[in-house]
Amino acid sequence: MNYITQIFGWLNDQLLKMTWLSELVKLLVEKVFGLSAETRLGGSIHFFIYDVVKIFILLSVLIFIISYIQSYFPPERTKKMLGGIKGIKGNVLGALLGTITPFCSCSSIPIFIGFTSAGLPLGVTFSFLISSPLVDLASMLILTSFFGIKIAIAYLVVGLILAVAGGTVIDKLGLEKYIEGYVRDIENVDVEPVEMTRNERISYSKEQVRDIIKRVWIYILIGVGIGAAIHNWIPQSIVENVIGENNPLAVVLATAIGIPMYADIFGTIPIAEALFAKGVGIGTVLSFMMAVTALSLPSMIMLGKVVKPKLLAIFVTIVSIGILIIGYLFNAISFIFI
Amino acid sequence: MVIKVLGSGCANCKKLEANAREAVKALGIDATVEKVEDFKDILAYGVMKTPALVVDEQVKVMGRVATADEIKKLL
Repeated sequence: MNYITQIFGWLNDQLLKMTWLSELVKLLVEKVFGLSAETRLGGSIHFFIYDVVKIFILLSVLIFIISYIQSYFPPERTKKMLGGIKGIKGNVLGALLGTITPFCSCSSIPIFIGFTSAGLPLGVTFSFLISSPLVDLASMLILTSFFGIKIAIAYLVVGLILAVAGGTVIDKLGLEKYIEGYVRDIENVDVEPVEMTRNERISYSKEQVRDIIKRVWIYILIGVGIGAAIHNWIPQSIVENVIGENNPLAVVLATAIGIPMYADIFGTIPIAEALFAKGVGIGTVLSFMMAVTALSLPSMIMLGKVVKPKLLAIFVTIVSIGILIIGYLFNAISFIFI
Repeated sequence: MVIKVLGSGCANCKKLEANAREAVKALGIDATVEKVEDFKDILAYGVMKTPALVVDEQVKVMGRVATADEIKKLL
């Protein structure tokens, strides 16, 4: 049993944490730049280069592998799988499928219309729309790399619970009348998902890597930059007072900052990691990441085109409250993980 | 042969259209390439993730940019 733990630990260190990379960058900083990694400047440069390189490597590899897997789960297939399932089972399946269906906010409108016109309950569609941007395999692995597997699994579980609960509440509130009229008029068309050959899947996955890196590289640099600043330049006491354990409203603040932000989860992780290292609660950190990914201005604008303002407001409120609850809960039980 | 590129104006949709035109030219066949941008028309094909390629009313490519070579094989 001990061997297995040791092997997994080694794999985690080499592949996800990339301790070898950290050592390499340390050598670079010390020998080439002539700075000690213990100093503020040296430490910042080390952090910046190591984190940026690590994230880009992980991003490329993970996106490729996961896009390959996701090529088996196009939204057209998800729609078929969810059809005819009643009750909370639909929400659960919707939430689960949301995690493995490839998602970009450009498809949220067609997906919403497609699901609704196929007769899927409103809440099931929302369970899918909540879990899709929030939880996916790539972010799980990146979370494991930075925070360890326990926290990654915890994030997955609470993300799914939030998606199922949010969707169920929306179902119970009977808000169908707040869907924009034209959506209801669109007739459902089922199409048989086109099967891809292995080469087509590879080509698709490579394309996804290219696309996503083009989209998020700037957020990664900014995120790592902020993370480096927090890590090396901002004193622990300030962090503790503003967003750490000295501020009982830390979770609220983290959520409030995160909601209007639009960044990929890959960009938020270095910030979250730096805050966590400075003693910010794990719940606060999770709330921040969830607020950034689950709710964003572009996706809210998109959704606003298919649902009326009242439903949109209810959706945002439910997800925000869920995030707050999760944040405080995890801060309270954090001793399980740390 | 009628080829339709489904997509609402994003960069990938334009790439697919360009690849489709290139494939048609390379094969020298008699085909028209149209762009379908209205999402109601796109949904009428049951497609939820663009870009997509429709050849003679059959959906051949969904949710990704096919290369010109891949399209040639489909035509």
